[in-house]
Amino acid sequence: MAKIQIITIAANILFILYISRLIIKGKLREEYAIVWVICTVFLMLFSFWRNGLEVLARITGVYQAPNLVFTGFIFAILIYLLHLSVVASKLHNDNKKLAQEISLLKEQFNKHLDKKE
Amino acid sequence: MPAKVLIVIPCYNEEASLPSVLHELQQIILPGYQLKILVVNDCSKDNTSVVAKKHNTIVIDLPVNLGIGGAVQTGILYARDNDFDLAIQLDGDGQHPPKELAKMIRFHEETGVNIVIGSRFLEKEGFQSSFARRLGIQYFHWLNRLFTGLHVYDSTSGFRLFDRDAIEIAAINYPDEYPEPESLVVFSKAGLKIREVAVIMSPRLGGKSSIRHFGSLYYCIKVSLAMLFSFIRKS
Repeated sequence: MAKIQIITIAANILFILYISRLIIKGKLREEYAIVWVICTVFLMLFSFWRNGLEVLARITGVYQAPNLVFTGFIFAILIYLLHLSVVASKLHNDNKKLAQEISLLKEQFNKHLDKKE
Repeated sequence: MPAKVLIVIPCYNEEASLPSVLHELQQIILPGYQLKILVVNDCSKDNTSVVAKKHNTIVIDLPVNLGIGGAVQTGILYARDNDFDLAIQLDGDGQHPPKELAKMIRFHEETGVNIVIGSRFLEKEGFQSSFARRLGIQYFHWLNRLFTGLHVYDSTSGFRLFDRDAIEIAAINYPDEYPEPESLVVFSKAGLKIREVAVIMSPRLGGKSSIRHFGSLYYCIKVSLAMLFSFIRKS
C-alpha cells in the first residue's frame, strides 16, 4: 500500500470519528450528516481502489482524471449549498412566525396583568 | 355598533417623528368608527417603544427585527385575532398625514373594495419624491399591470387600508422584505379588489428611507423576481 493511501485512509477515519462525535454531542443533526458520511465513503473507496478514478474517467469520457474530480465535487458542493439555502429560508420563515406569536402573546399577557391590577 | 378600525404603524427607529404622528392620530374622530392605534416596534435601537407607550397606544415589541413586511403582518395578525373590521397601515415617519385617513375610509365605504391604497400620484400634489424614485415607481406600475392587469400608480405606497377579507389573506401570506408591490400580486391573485385614492404625502419628518444608493438596484431586482414568482405560485 502506498504512503498516500495510508494518509488518506487515516484522514478519512479521523473525519468519520469527528462527524460521529458531533452527532453524539447533538451539535449536528443526522439529516445533515448523511452528505458528509457519503463523502467519506467515496473518499475511502478511492483511497483503497487507486485505479478507480482512471476507470471512471475512461467510462465518462473525461481526458484527465483529476478534472472528473473537480467537476464532480464542484457540482456536489453547489447542490449542497443550495440545500443549505433552502434550510436557511425555512428557518427564516419559522423564526418570523415565532417572533410574531411571541410578541402578540406578550401583548395579550400584559393586557391581562393590567386588568388584574 | 361602530366599526372597529386598527391603525397599524410599523416602526423602526422612529422616536423622532412618532410623537407628532400619534398626537395627530389621536385628534381624529370619525363618526361610526372606533379607531385604535397599534405601534409595531420592529426591534428598534432607540426609544420608539417607550415613546409609543407614553402616548397610550397598543404597543407590540418584536423580539427580533423582521423587516417592514413582518412588522405589518404582525399588526394584521393582531387585527384578525381581535376581530377588527378594518386595518390601516400608516408609516411612523410622518410621510402619511393622518388626516388623509378619513379619505381612505370614506372611499372604502363608497366603493366596498378590499384594499385602498393612498396614492401620491393620482393628483400631482404634495411630496412627489425624487426623479429616480419616480422612475422606479413607473417601472413598478408597468410590472403591476403585467402581473395583475391593474392600474396602480403608487404600488410602493405603504399607506393602505385592508378590509376583513384582505386581513384574512395578509395574515397568512405577506412578503417580509419590500412587501408593497409584491403583495399586490398576492392580493389580486386571491381575487381581492384593489383601488387607489389620491392622498397628499409629506417628506419624511425623521429617519432615513430603507432604500438608498445600490440598495435601489437590489430593490428593483428583488421585487421584480418576487412579483414574478408570486404570480407563478399557486395561491
